[in-house]
Amino acid sequence: MNKHLNRVQGEDIGSASPLSRRHFLIGTAAAGLVLGYAASSDLLGVDQAIAAPATFDPSVWYSIGEDGLVTVGKADMGQHIASTMAQLIAEELGSKWSDMRIALATNDPKFNDPTLGAQITGGSWSTMMNFDAMCRAGAAGRVALLDAAAAMMNVPASELTVRDSVITHAKSKTAKTFAEIVRSGKITKTFTPDELKAIKLKTPDQYTMIGVSVPQLDIPFKINGAAKYGIDTFLPGMVYGKLVLPPVRYGATVKSVDDSAAKKVPGFIKAVTLDDKTMTTTGWVVAVADTYQHARQAADALKVTWDHGPNAQVSSESLLAEAKRLQKLDDSGLFFVKTGDTASGLASAAKVLEAEYTTNINIHVPMEPMNATAHLDGDIWHIYSGNQFPTRSGAIAAGAAGVDPKHVVLHQTWLGGGFGRRLDGDMMVPAVQAAKAVGKPVKVIYSREDDATMDFSRPLTYQKLKGGLDQNGKLVALNHDAVSAWPTKRWGIPEFLSPSVDKKGALDAFAVNGSDFFYSVPNHHVRAILNEMAQQATPSGQLRSVAPGWTFWAVESMVDELAHAAGKDPAQFRIAMLDGAGDNDGGAQRLRNTLLAAMGLAGYGSLKLAKGEGMGVACVSSQERKTASWTACVAHVAVAPSGEVKVKKLTVATDVGTAVNPDGIRAQVEGGALWGLSLALYEKATMKDGGIEQRNFDTYTPLRMSQMPEVAVNIIANGEHATGVGEPTVTVVAPAIANAIFNAVGARVRSLPITAEAVKAAMRA
Amino acid sequence: MPNLIINGRNMSVDAADDTPLLWVIREQLQMTGTKFGCGAGLCGACTVHVNGEAVRSCQTAVSEAVGKQITTIEGLSAKGDHPLQKAWIAEQVPQCGYCQSGQIMQAAALLAKNSSPTREEVIAHMDGNLCRCMTYARIQRAVLRAASEMRTASTGNDRRNT
Repeated sequence: MNKHLNRVQGEDIGSASPLSRRHFLIGTAAAGLVLGYAASSDLLGVDQAIAAPATFDPSVWYSIGEDGLVTVGKADMGQHIASTMAQLIAEELGSKWSDMRIALATNDPKFNDPTLGAQITGGSWSTMMNFDAMCRAGAAGRVALLDAAAAMMNVPASELTVRDSVITHAKSKTAKTFAEIVRSGKITKTFTPDELKAIKLKTPDQYTMIGVSVPQLDIPFKINGAAKYGIDTFLPGMVYGKLVLPPVRYGATVKSVDDSAAKKVPGFIKAVTLDDKTMTTTGWVVAVADTYQHARQAADALKVTWDHGPNAQVSSESLLAEAKRLQKLDDSGLFFVKTGDTASGLASAAKVLEAEYTTNINIHVPMEPMNATAHLDGDIWHIYSGNQFPTRSGAIAAGAAGVDPKHVVLHQTWLGGGFGRRLDGDMMVPAVQAAKAVGKPVKVIYSREDDATMDFSRPLTYQKLKGGLDQNGKLVALNHDAVSAWPTKRWGIPEFLSPSVDKKGALDAFAVNGSDFFYSVPNHHVRAILNEMAQQATPSGQLRSVAPGWTFWAVESMVDELAHAAGKDPAQFRIAMLDGAGDNDGGAQRLRNTLLAAMGLAGYGSLKLAKGEGMGVACVSSQERKTASWTACVAHVAVAPSGEVKVKKLTVATDVGTAVNPDGIRAQVEGGALWGLSLALYEKATMKDGGIEQRNFDTYTPLRMSQMPEVAVNIIANGEHATGVGEPTVTVVAPAIANAIFNAVGARVRSLPITAEAVKAAMRA
Repeated sequence: MPNLIINGRNMSVDAADDTPLLWVIREQLQMTGTKFGCGAGLCGACTVHVNGEAVRSCQTAVSEAVGKQITTIEGLSAKGDHPLQKAWIAEQVPQCGYCQSGQIMQAAALLAKNSSPTREEVIAHMDGNLCRCMTYARIQRAVLRAASEMRTASTGNDRRNT
């Protein structure tokens, strides 16, 4: 298990969590009241702690200004997660929603996520991991304000009530606003870990904020052009950089740069060949000029020659061939799951089924192309860029600059889409090295073509599954081999790897999560196999939902095939396996209930369908086993004789435990379902001669409005702990569609994206 | 040195004739509400109005816009209270928000000409605008809501006038 997973358990920020060792400091600083977790209880206090974050590492989470406004910090890529964090604090603090603000963090360690020990937004982790900690932070603030108000009003704190940023003493009909209390400037309080844990939090029946669809705090400035993204950065004296990229994705080196024609472009300053010791980029050149238009023209005019390097022959075809070769080897890979004995299980099975599932390369292409602006001021590098993983990206910037990371300040901006792309820090490198070379601040803006071809893509995947049914049609053995690049291994951070079940090595669980499903199968093996060729050539990254985007494609298709082979209804076949035996207890029942809910809402098995139409089901426990949101989908499709698939309706049900902001969850699930559909039918990237062939939205074609079916979203909030919702729905849609296609016309498709040709071919087969 | 009329103001800019209007607006005039998405007229993030028509500013040379009325998201309404902007809040449309200036400008050109578009007309008009967060359902609802509110407002005015 990954170490980070030990920190996830929401119930009690238990003994494994660093939070249990943290104090909570409240003190008056220049800006007002500052409240946050701190590693040390040192009595120097908050002011000093903030001034010397390297020493005290306080995670400053929020502040209350002298105007009474409460500001919460968090990286946010559009899933309104900062707003959700603010909602949890407001619940316990007792502040008015209209007094809440959000601020974007820098990579200063003081803003570190107290649970992960770093700043990272991803994995649908934020709500799940921070629910208790945020509530407790809000409650601690309330206690401190109550004590201060009691002293100011000379009444017992127990007689005071808090509501809408006002503390009231009913008996004397007097009141103090948060603003008045903060202005008194007398609040200093430290909660020890035990004191913090002793604060009694509200019970769900007392909630006034959690469960309410309050307006998201980040929306008002996203409708008038006011929100500032990384690309909107301007610095005095700033010039522009445009990339000149090699034809291969990774591994090229620059042989020569001829700038004679570029020198004729007005405003051209310099061609900078990157020397990237972090090896994040290879063979990149930056054309620097006074305006972006001139930088673009200069980039076009530069004549660069490259050594194409070791990956120049790699193609999607060769990646797949290599994956198949690796899968056939007995000693490939590491075991992620090893329950029972699949060899004997398969040997004694009444019926054995074997199938291969593939997914093509996918690229993120967020609407805001990658960009960064770098400025060296004294000995501090200031970098402006929207990023999901400031801790790591700051380190990459430092590596590119040749300085210690403490000399880099990464200024967070709004993210014009993240989806995992902005977990990477490649954009730091050209900005820093160009700025260093010309001695001025440089803004580097990737063209869409740069952004598409240099994506850290979802890898091409190949999975082979072999299942055995007993004479009663029960699944008794399943072998699952998953071959892919390992996106998270590329980070080189040991904590994000997991030991294999037989302790023979460290594997990237983020490449196989989801294959450790909640079905009860007595003999079940999963081998995680690294495709080193893909690891070198593509290199892969985290695309919204990561592994569950391909593991559930295979598992949920295979389970459907097995159900049909057993002569059973695919939904009932699943329900029978979701019996909650052993380690599956709890999760399996939730998934079963969610599937039943989706079936009922869609009219599965009861609605009469026209010829050529069908419904298919899938259910998933994305993201990780310990961070699952229980999600099920019923897809309703119509398949034409040409093989063309029209998705008529997607019915999604998702059990999120506790819904902090129901409308916000609904927005995430709607978007996630359409992402799933887009990946299932419309998005395909290919590699040829070591480079990504799709360069813009004419050839890489995410779903557009006219392709949107009806999407019915149903949120189940049953009082369990809050789970994340940014990703799970992405993973459930493709198998539901493929299963629906089979039910409609008897055609089984096993490769994503699903094409009309493949469906037609399978209809004939 | 071209002279542009943007949001009713005369602005002198220093750019060659063939410079895309997008880069002049964004990087020279620093009006950053208009976004760069693809540079090829494929995504609609850079949509502005030229003489009331929705155009892709990445595909419009600055020379083509000289002397014409250019409107950007910053000039769509005085206080960010165009019916579409209000509807965008009511429907809680934006996620990352990056494409939304272009979406709103594209929709505004439709509603200026057709105050009661059908759902199909909205889809046909908006299909060139990509949203990677895929907020399409909310965009659709917001456009129809704004159209309905504009009709109600104008009916109200008509009644007062009679």
